[in-house]
Amino acid sequence: MAKRKRKNIVDVKNHVLIPKHKKLSEKDKKELFEKYNITLKELPKIPLDDPALADIDAKEGDVIKITRESLTTGKSIFYRGVISG
Amino acid sequence: MKEYKKYRKRLPLSLLEEVKEKTKDMPEARVNKILKEVHKEYRKAKVQAGESVGLVSAESLGEPGTQMTLNTFHFAGVAEMNVTVGLPRIIEILDGRKKIKTPMMEVYLKPPYNKGKDIKKLALSIKETLLKEVMSEISVDLANSSIEIILDKEKVKDIGATAGSIVKALEKQAKGTNVKKKEDTIIIKPKSKENHVAEAYKLKEKIKNIYIKGVKNIKQVLPVKRGNEFIIITSGSNLPEILEMKEVDTSRTVTNDIYEISRILGIEAARAVVINEVSKVIEAQGLNVDIRHIMLIADTMCFSGDLKGITRYGVVSEKASVLARASFETPIKHIINAALVGEVDELNSVVENVMLNQAVPVGTGLPGLVTKIK
Repeated sequence: MAKRKRKNIVDVKNHVLIPKHKKLSEKDKKELFEKYNITLKELPKIPLDDPALADIDAKEGDVIKITRESLTTGKSIFYRGVISG
Repeated sequence: MKEYKKYRKRLPLSLLEEVKEKTKDMPEARVNKILKEVHKEYRKAKVQAGESVGLVSAESLGEPGTQMTLNTFHFAGVAEMNVTVGLPRIIEILDGRKKIKTPMMEVYLKPPYNKGKDIKKLALSIKETLLKEVMSEISVDLANSSIEIILDKEKVKDIGATAGSIVKALEKQAKGTNVKKKEDTIIIKPKSKENHVAEAYKLKEKIKNIYIKGVKNIKQVLPVKRGNEFIIITSGSNLPEILEMKEVDTSRTVTNDIYEISRILGIEAARAVVINEVSKVIEAQGLNVDIRHIMLIADTMCFSGDLKGITRYGVVSEKASVLARASFETPIKHIINAALVGEVDELNSVVENVMLNQAVPVGTGLPGLVTKIK
């Protein structure tokens, strides 16, 4: 696949389509893995160069907590593991 | 409000809010009882472990799809702009196509522009304008094998350009030529010494399509009033450039090109747009599909962090099992490739177990039995 162009001059993080992204601390990350008995490999992924991560200091192997405005439950929490673009 | 707090982790937010709203002026004991009942019902409604949700989603979307095929033609074409609707659109979204048939944008504007200030001028400035749209005459001077262009002054003024800026655009893009302005006409002459007339004709066709002003790929613009503000609907999509304009509300402007969204706004935004676009089509057809099915499909497409269509190149190629991949499309290719690298099939999923006549790991077939032998 062609390398994505990800040089945004405009600030897009306030866009209505982008839910809140937050990096999990190492402790929370461990708790999450233990709670669901999983490893990073099983989580859905998010590439490191995703525009939504622009001002989050994330690195490969981190877990991003995403708080979505869900149409069915009002608020839903989703996790994505960071992978290199 | 203690009762609500207890259930905050156990009930979804929207359900809790609804209970809160309806039990506003009830005694505490009763509220507690209601919450307990709601929680019981909620747990009953939850999907059981081992339920084959993917299959149910596929059926739930596939069945209305069979009805859509017939309807497509009657609904095709919305009042002013032609838009892909119905089954072709659904296929386009779920396949994760990079080039969609009718890209469209909804450009929201910042105040005071959203109240209709200079709306027409703004819309025209977004539209991609080619030279042929602002000229009134173009001719080839056979004696000098040069091209003469007479501009349509009013149209030039409408798009907010000047003769000078057009000359500049021409100079920049029409390489190997000399561009001169003489009163109302622009004369373009090829630099090469051999002045072939045929070449001049070729050049003429090329020059007609030179880009003058506006945002590339925006083929049509249409200012409309939505609610109490004006927005611009465009045919053609170019999110990055539109977002750079200072008049545009960058927080609400969207396109229906999902691939572009995933590139500019990220994977989570792409997921949201997949859900929006699919449910929009289904609603327009007067069908009813539960949003959860569409959400599951969107989540699957965005699982890998990259937008993947439900095709053999997309999500199917990510399956762990060789047999599952082979059962979808091009079986021989998959089996040969797997044989070459010595792939192992763990038989963890449904399709491969159906093939081998074994219990599928779904529903009651999922749990295994472990015995302790004394």
